Amino acid sequence: MKLPPLDYICPATLTEAIAALAAYGGNAKVIAGGQSLVPMLAFRLAAPSVLVDIGRLPDLKNISISADGIDFGALVTWRDIERDARLAQAHPLLAAAIAHVAHYQIRNRGTVGGSMAHADPAAEMPGIAVTCDAMLTIVGPTGTRIVRANEFITGGLSTVLGADEILTSIRLPLWKKARRWAFEEFARRRGDFALAGVAAFYDIDAQGLAYNAHIGLIGVADRPMRLPGVEAILDGRRIDADVILQAAAVARDAVDPADDIHAEAAYRRDLLGVLLERALARAADIVLPEAA
Amino acid sequence: MSDVAKLLVGSAVERMEDARFLSGSGYFADDLAVEGMLHAAILRSPIAHARIASIDASAALAMPGIHAVITAHDIGDTIPIIPLRLAPLPEFEPFRQPVIARDKVRYVGEPIAIVVADSRALAEDALETIGIEFDALSAVTERGASETPLFDFAKDNVALRYDAGFGDADAAFASAHYVRTERFSVQRHTALPMETRGMLAEWNSLAGRLVVTGATKVTFYNRRALAQMLGLREDDIDLIEIDVGGGFGVRGEFYPEDFLIPFAARKLARPVKWIEDRREHLMAINHSRDVACELSLACRSDGMILGLRGRVFADMGAYIRTNGGVVPAKAAQFLPGPYRIPHVSVSVEAFMTNKTPVGTYRGPGRFEANFFRERLIDMAAIDLGIDIAEFRRKNLITEQELPYPIDGLVPYEGPTSYDTGDYVEVFERALKEIGWFEKSHLQGKLIDGVRHGIGLGCFVESGGAGPKENAALTLEKDGSLTVAVGSSVLGQGLETVLGQIASDTLSIPFDRIRVLHGSTTLLDEGFGTYHSRAVVMGGSAVLDAATRLREKILQQASNHLGRPNSELKIVNANVIADNGASVSFAALAAGHDLQADGTFSNDVRTYSYGTHAAHVTVDPRTGAVKVLDYIAVEDVGRAINPAIVHGQAIGAIVQGLGGVFLDHLIYDEQGQLLNASLADYLVPTASDFPVLRAVTLELRPSPSNPLGAKGAGEGGIVAVAAATANAVAAALAPLNVEIHHLPLTPPRLWRLIKNARERTTNAA
Ligand SMILES: Cc1cc2nc3c(=O)[nH]c(=O)nc-3n(C[C@H](O)[C@H](O)[C@H](O)COP(=O)(O)OP(=O)(O)OC[C@H]3O[C@@H](n4cnc5c(N)ncnc54)[C@H](O)[C@@H]3O)c2cc1C
Repeated sequence: MKLPPLDYICPATLTEAIAALAAYGGNAKVIAGGQSLVPMLAFRLAAPSVLVDIGRLPDLKNISISADGIDFGALVTWRDIERDARLAQAHPLLAAAIAHVAHYQIRNRGTVGGSMAHADPAAEMPGIAVTCDAMLTIVGPTGTRIVRANEFITGGLSTVLGADEILTSIRLPLWKKARRWAFEEFARRRGDFALAGVAAFYDIDAQGLAYNAHIGLIGVADRPMRLPGVEAILDGRRIDADVILQAAAVARDAVDPADDIHAEAAYRRDLLGVLLERALARAADIVLPEAA
Repeated sequence: MSDVAKLLVGSAVERMEDARFLSGSGYFADDLAVEGMLHAAILRSPIAHARIASIDASAALAMPGIHAVITAHDIGDTIPIIPLRLAPLPEFEPFRQPVIARDKVRYVGEPIAIVVADSRALAEDALETIGIEFDALSAVTERGASETPLFDFAKDNVALRYDAGFGDADAAFASAHYVRTERFSVQRHTALPMETRGMLAEWNSLAGRLVVTGATKVTFYNRRALAQMLGLREDDIDLIEIDVGGGFGVRGEFYPEDFLIPFAARKLARPVKWIEDRREHLMAINHSRDVACELSLACRSDGMILGLRGRVFADMGAYIRTNGGVVPAKAAQFLPGPYRIPHVSVSVEAFMTNKTPVGTYRGPGRFEANFFRERLIDMAAIDLGIDIAEFRRKNLITEQELPYPIDGLVPYEGPTSYDTGDYVEVFERALKEIGWFEKSHLQGKLIDGVRHGIGLGCFVESGGAGPKENAALTLEKDGSLTVAVGSSVLGQGLETVLGQIASDTLSIPFDRIRVLHGSTTLLDEGFGTYHSRAVVMGGSAVLDAATRLREKILQQASNHLGRPNSELKIVNANVIADNGASVSFAALAAGHDLQADGTFSNDVRTYSYGTHAAHVTVDPRTGAVKVLDYIAVEDVGRAINPAIVHGQAIGAIVQGLGGVFLDHLIYDEQGQLLNASLADYLVPTASDFPVLRAVTLELRPSPSNPLGAKGAGEGGIVAVAAATANAVAAALAPLNVEIHHLPLTPPRLWRLIKNARERTTNAA
């Protein structure tokens, strides 16, 4: 499990980093925290000829909150998010989701940019980005482009990133006060990738009806996904047990998970419904009648 | 200085090895580095069953830094075969593993070639360039599923079948009021020592001698095997044991690499090091468990068990390795457990598949057998309307019935009897600890969305295998003591325990004792560590040597002080005469060689016993199980160091819970191992099961050895599946779910619940 032969460079500026990527064509790979890439190299599932370490690039390590949204530099780590006291208020859904990511050694090194670029279907950050309509900033040889999270991920472990592009930041829209939300996931052991997970939020209007519902899932498809059918059920309704059970039933029908060594498809489908019920009940602060 | 008047045996002495480990000065296989050392990597078969048409290593050999690519061809016309260390039954002989594949591969992970290079990374680069043409054969992954024999000489894939037992089971079943038969299974999984296997082999071509460092468990046996394979004299080989990061049965058996790496070192006349990486570990180390059983119980209507019948089916993988048929044989032998069952018949079928070969893993066969039997006991008790605790109480062997013979359950073993104990008292203690009576109203109850269940598992467990162990004690010139023992240290705290025994016998402060272990350089012969034997056998050998050395010291002191032995006593490494004159150990050792050998021979096994109890909750919607409380009560006869025994028990429970819920080596129909990484092979971590308790009792010492100790390393794991699965079954009983198969993963429990619901709905 040794890495294949490769070179390593550690540029000081973004321009240099992009130039290096461009110079090696498809044979260079960005390395950030290395928590996903290094295992792939060790298993020789990836064999780039050079690693371009972006760890020294300036300005990619900040979390800033402004009227435009909450910006996460690509090199922000899970630990940075956990330690940022503002986020419990500024984006409680994100804070709750990121609490489930991996174990502390990995949390010290893994980055939001790396997680987005790696695009594991069960990863929390891409799930939150898709659920919350995050905007991603990508820099390449020809300049900067902004991509919506749901367009960024194009399939299992694949994104729109070109070989010579770097993801520099992720912007989450501002979080509304008094928003109803919950994050639920189920993993075999604490810190493992989830078998399934649900991120949910909605706002409440003056009549006490839900609007702006966002329901996102991880672990049940080749990429994180939204459930517009479920969101449509919630919008304009008072969230009670009936609505929740109806939403969960629609959610179960809306997904088509695959069998794998960890769970049969039917389990994931049902699990996702259970998690959605629990998430919505918690968001609405109601107790569902106990199922057997 | 420690107070030697106070005896150390029986007290929770801090481990002498801890300072070394905690300060990072442990010395493990991967710490080995010598001048001119080369590194090996092994090309392992990527497919489960195939003939090897050709191997082309020319590209690898042309790469810089590559010193050799060794294949079967280089090893010679006859490929050495790994011997059967335990239970060498003739039936297994033809199924033994050659150290390298020549014409055929039979499992994913089987060695085909070794690359030796300047670094491990270069060696792995070269592996990728070796071209092999395979003619694929269809893979056998289940019992009786395929007609393709793995071995050309064999008509099918069954390596061994036997029947065993005592009494007249047929008659007992024929006359019984109640009979129930169920099928159970335990999934393939194995031990995961923190340190993987590894070694450094150094060949001295001038002296014609070989030194292999990193050996453990059964070094003297392995040296003998290696000497035969290499055509060397045994005393031209040294196997050296350094620190070992866990054994659990799998580490230290003779594996292909134990020949291949020394062979490469001799061929190249250079030191060669090899460290197994985790991916290799999961596909190359002995796998274990993987036993299915059809079990029947015959009872009277009052719940008295009349007879037991068990058919054990064991997937042995592609070859029979050193442990032979121990796993299925013990799975059959321990089916009756601690119960009075007058009529028992068992059968064993060991069959071959295209998977990694099987060996022993902590509690081999017992973990499985106890699970099978204790599950069926719960089912029988419920059928008969008898409280599940009362059912056990009724059938447990009483102290008056001990020693209780269980002869004839293993055809190749002599007579043996459960030795001493009070099975009922320990059982009652476990009930008390778990709160059996207070909590019985919780059984199956749904509270806050989860169902509660409490389960029991009783066991009896053998340890202390013979035939013998040796020790040699030397009083050094500075008055300190060196203890050398043939037992191996696998991280279990044996150094401390042996130090305690020597300290008490010789009145030498504990911190003046050094324990050397395992290496073939220490003694003429040693027998190693397995079957919870190191304290029983090695400890008794140290006691014998210490007693002899004490006599020699007193004799020497008597000469020195001019007083008879009867007027001498030993206090804190000094010999003091009644008249006040004294001489220190150091002074005595300065003038004379004070050394004593000790030995302990014994073929009588110890039988520890106990009861585990678990309280769990099951989320019936997700299948998630939480262990709320767990108690393991075991009588180990004598605990030399209660803190170490407690640590063994807690660690074993965690390991056992891994086997119940997580650990699973998953193969597909092509014989591919699908989860050869720790991302997908799930093991319990330190935080997964926080509430575990163990009570160690010293009710009845073992009559087999002067320490009174019974094996204490495995009682913590052997009943974990039994108690935990019973707890899960109790939780899910209202949903009509029965538990037959491990692991109890959330998706599996969910599926069982769903199927039971559908059955009920269809029936309605
Ligand atoms: C044992 C273990 C458990 C884990 N559990 C979880 C979990 O529960 N949930 C979870 O979400 N994650 C989990 N992870 C993954 C972890 O969160 C990783 O940190 C994350 O997926 C990748 O971040 P990284 O910075 O380490 O990226 P790297 O490994 O450095 O890179 C990953 C990929 O992204 C590319 N890349 C990285 N940064 C950029 C960038 N700025 N621009 C363009 N491309 C880039 C790299 O080229 C590479 O292809 C786990 C990892 C491990 C080892």
